[in-house]
Amino acid sequence: MTDFSPIFLTLKLAVITTSILLVFGLPVAYWLSKGHSLLKVIIEAVLTMPLVLPPSVLGFYLLLAFSPQQGLGKWLLQHFDLQFVFSFEGLVLASVIYSLPFMINPVKSALQQLPQSLAHASFTMGKSERETFFYVLLPNIRASLLTASVMTFAHTLGEFGVVLMIGGNIPGITRVASIAIYNSVENMDYGTANIYSLFLFGLTFLLVMAVFIYNKYAAKT
Amino acid sequence: MQQKPDAMISINLEKKLNTYQGKHLLKVFVEMETGNLVKISGPSGAGKTTFLKMIAGLTSPDSGKILVDDLVWTDTSANINLSPQKRKTGFVFQDYALFPNMTVQQQLEYATNDQNWIQELLAFARLEPFIKHKPSQLSGGQQQRLAILRALAIKPKVLLMDEPFSALDFKTKKTLIQELKLLLDKNSISTIIVTHNPKELEALPGKELFIGEEE
Repeated sequence: MTDFSPIFLTLKLAVITTSILLVFGLPVAYWLSKGHSLLKVIIEAVLTMPLVLPPSVLGFYLLLAFSPQQGLGKWLLQHFDLQFVFSFEGLVLASVIYSLPFMINPVKSALQQLPQSLAHASFTMGKSERETFFYVLLPNIRASLLTASVMTFAHTLGEFGVVLMIGGNIPGITRVASIAIYNSVENMDYGTANIYSLFLFGLTFLLVMAVFIYNKYAAKT
Repeated sequence: MQQKPDAMISINLEKKLNTYQGKHLLKVFVEMETGNLVKISGPSGAGKTTFLKMIAGLTSPDSGKILVDDLVWTDTSANINLSPQKRKTGFVFQDYALFPNMTVQQQLEYATNDQNWIQELLAFARLEPFIKHKPSQLSGGQQQRLAILRALAIKPKVLLMDEPFSALDFKTKKTLIQELKLLLDKNSISTIIVTHNPKELEALPGKELFIGEEE
């Protein structure tokens, strides 16, 4: 009997990660899209690092940073009873950091491509930056926002190195589909590995197709 | 220029500009009575758009003062610079800056809650049949009308128009200028229009100024 808990865990992780990045990534993307400064260049570089850094490197440093034996990890455990290592919360934290560029970069680029006059027109009508962002800017980057959300979701589905480093391979807690595939192959259980793989392949293909179809439709209308 | 005792709007601004033609100083002094029109012309890169943006509060001058009906909008010596939200100028942008996600009606409702005023504006510009249309479904002339209506919807103290007719054909331009003249006469709106082609504004009565370069 196939254990479907890695699939449910993967979906749960992807939904939570995408939701967190939507809430926190949008203001960051908006802030980065406005003007230039050395601080913004440094922050952009840091946010883009997960794209080029080997996931195991990121996972290793997260493991060190949140180890309950020392420093920040020890402090979080003592004061907030929070443990990020070998826990689902740790997977969420690692996924959010690892998928940051997938949400922030497309949204930031889309905002930069909007004519500045749109926001200016809204300001001269007495609207605040917040109103302008939600009523004028955001609705006009819908396609990019959808692409960023789907790419973040799909990317989280496929995470392996970083989640293995910080979460390990605990059934029902941190064993997501990508780790379950590796585990099954190691145990020579190719049938189960195939079920998990087909699920990941099918879902990501459907998601990417849906984005392409939506963007084509949006471009026509 | 002599200060007139009955002047209601006084604008005296300076800003160093760094354009593709090099660095130069933008220095403009305008005085106008409320309800009048001023036409400002000058070559590309002279700083006409920057001048309008400084009035709207969208960019800051290096030095200067803007007085509108005895209210100080900008005074660099006193560190006063009202936000664009507080000035609420009616700004017609060169690219119209119509919101692609909103219909004609939604654009006007975003600017004002006054439904009677919206209906009056729509009727004047003959845009009533198009209230459910988005900007991409309107012709160039209709987009231009909507941009003007939206700027007027907030009942601005000053209407600023940046090359409003530059993208239109001769016939549409002529019709729109006549309509604008009627609208401005009827509502007594203080208006500043900038253009690189002063001839196209000949039908509009008003003071003419030139923005040029200064070392």
